[in-house]
Amino acid sequence: MKHLLSVDDFADRPAIEAMLDLTERFVAVSRREIRKVPALRGRTVVSLFFEESTRTRLSFETAAKRLSADVMTFSVASSSVKKGESLLDTVRTIEAMGVDAVVVRHSAAGAAARVASWTGASVVNAGDGRHEHPTQALLDAYTLRSHRGPSLDGCRVAIVGDVRNSRVARSDVKMFHALGCEITLVGPPTLLPERLGGWPVTVAHDLDEVCGEVDVLYMLRIQRERIDQACFPSLREYASRWGLTPARMARCKPDTLVMHPGPMNRGIEIAAEVADSARSLVAEQVANGVAVRMAVLWTLLGAGGTVV
Amino acid sequence: MSELLVSGGRVLDAAGERTADVRVVDGTVVEVGPGLSPGAGALVLDASGAIVTPGLVDLQVHFREPGREDAEDVEHGARAAALGGCTAVVCMPNTEPPLDDAAVVEAVLARGRRSACDVRVAGCITKGRAGRELAPLGELYDLGVRIFTDDGDCVADAGVMRRAFEYASALPGAVLAQHAEDPALVRGGHMNEGEWSARLGIPGRPAEAESTIVARDLALARLTGGRYHVLHLSSAQSAQLVREARAQGVRVTAECTPQHLVLTDEACATFDPVFKMNPPLRTARDVEALRGALADGTIDAIATDHAPHAPETKEQPFEEAPPGMLGVETALAVVWTTLVEPGVVSPARALEALSWAPARIAGLDAAGHGGPVEPGRPANLCVFDPAHSWVVDAHALASKSRNTPWEGWKLTGKVRHTILRGRPTVRDGALA
Repeated sequence: MKHLLSVDDFADRPAIEAMLDLTERFVAVSRREIRKVPALRGRTVVSLFFEESTRTRLSFETAAKRLSADVMTFSVASSSVKKGESLLDTVRTIEAMGVDAVVVRHSAAGAAARVASWTGASVVNAGDGRHEHPTQALLDAYTLRSHRGPSLDGCRVAIVGDVRNSRVARSDVKMFHALGCEITLVGPPTLLPERLGGWPVTVAHDLDEVCGEVDVLYMLRIQRERIDQACFPSLREYASRWGLTPARMARCKPDTLVMHPGPMNRGIEIAAEVADSARSLVAEQVANGVAVRMAVLWTLLGAGGTVV
Repeated sequence: MSELLVSGGRVLDAAGERTADVRVVDGTVVEVGPGLSPGAGALVLDASGAIVTPGLVDLQVHFREPGREDAEDVEHGARAAALGGCTAVVCMPNTEPPLDDAAVVEAVLARGRRSACDVRVAGCITKGRAGRELAPLGELYDLGVRIFTDDGDCVADAGVMRRAFEYASALPGAVLAQHAEDPALVRGGHMNEGEWSARLGIPGRPAEAESTIVARDLALARLTGGRYHVLHLSSAQSAQLVREARAQGVRVTAECTPQHLVLTDEACATFDPVFKMNPPLRTARDVEALRGALADGTIDAIATDHAPHAPETKEQPFEEAPPGMLGVETALAVVWTTLVEPGVVSPARALEALSWAPARIAGLDAAGHGGPVEPGRPANLCVFDPAHSWVVDAHALASKSRNTPWEGWKLTGKVRHTILRGRPTVRDGALA
């Protein structure tokens, strides 16, 4: 595997499961007293973030550092991009410094794929517009598997909210489907993709009809920055119809799990007491992010060497 | 006296197809028939194995002058057009400044008079292409402008469009051409809205943004008796609307681009912005419908929407890149390879759509374009070899830009000579 741009880059289910198994080993590393291994010593990883995302950037940089890679941070706010440099020139400049992997976050779909076509380095998509966020999908799968595994066959997952504008949803649908889950998309029609031909999902608009039937409620963030038209009347109405309230949670099966990619809008798509409840995996998702990204970087850059 | 003899070819024009040589004296066709022998000192152009047809006419090109001469200019655009077999083109008015003013139009026409083909312009419908006040249609008409459009943008205000139809109906031969995409429905969109946009997470531009404007404009054309032309028609629904309106007597014509006749929105899955244009590439079902509409004459003309962009402008993430692709130099070969050879349209229908139909729409038939190839007509001719295979190389094109979607395509059909009023602009496949 040269790049990780999309969940589609995994050839099949065993390839995904191998990555999750590898993640398991890096989780073990993260629990040691010394959380660092020399696997990528001498390699250089640059994080190229054109969109603000402190948490994803820190997760990748922590992963690279625990693998002993050298890490460069390209921060758009203080860079030549502000002076009008194009993405292509930025990539050429960084490549000229000699890097082995580029972690790209960009507001446009396909940006990571474009970068991959311009550079000899490995490229990891850390979120491209509304398209994909494959490492999020890996950490979601890993987290869910650690609770419901080893097999996720038949696990019923509802993905709730702004699917249309969500790269997390696009990657998670592919990921959960590949692992055998049954997926239902729930939300107002204005926030679901206009055409769903070819998607391995069922669609529902009433969360109350769905919540009692599923094993996992995956709540998506209302991305106020991407919703520029009247897609629903008010946040209050959205929260009452599609938010995960304590009353709705009470109607779920006792072992239904709650996930969210963060950052959460508490009180909108998810109530604070649900987010902080024992059934919420939100904190685990974040914690597993580092190990997943270690597994990805090691696979792209260190394959052939020993893990630990 | 200068004589030119096009020798050994098959003439194909609106009058039909026949084996004939064409004798041209001082820019005018004087004799068409088999076995002509050249006079003393005549220039003989070999047309053996080739088709001799009226020079092609491209109703929609962006030569970027004035304003974006880094991407294209009249000189380079006209060379590319001549290499593609054109003897006349119509430049769109979305320049900087736009072609909404007689002085700017005159300047572009003056540049055109020194170029490799006849360069006409379309004038703006509204001042500044802002969609509110009428541009000086009459003043531009007096300079020879016959097509008016705010291309690049749609005239979204139905009241303004209605007044424009009414006003233009006092200008014989004038036609309003619409970039039919309702801005409210395409806002924020970058590709066709459909299964591919949903999968790729790229906001879409629905086909209904086009068909609702086409339906509205057809109603206004019916109301006012105005002449209406649909630029780069892209969807099955719009084609059907045009077909029905024409049957009812509405004065409507339509054009389609080679790319909309061949490529689909699936190409956007590469995220290569070379496949981004407005209106966007649509579905395979639309392609089928457009081919049918071209074959039955609902779509009158093929125009390229030749839209050069400098590499640094175009080589961006898909959502950030400007729309548009090159086309003027490859149109005939693409049409021949993808539509004529597989039998979708006849050679005569293809050449009609590339030459005499657009000449008539733009009023260029009166200026000697679009044939027929007969004594007394100006010698504006395209001689092309329908069996010549070649591979598109962006860097070998005459345009200043490189954004061709046909890079690496093996095409059949190549222009051998282009003749503008008896003077070769292209000879043996190269600029004369």
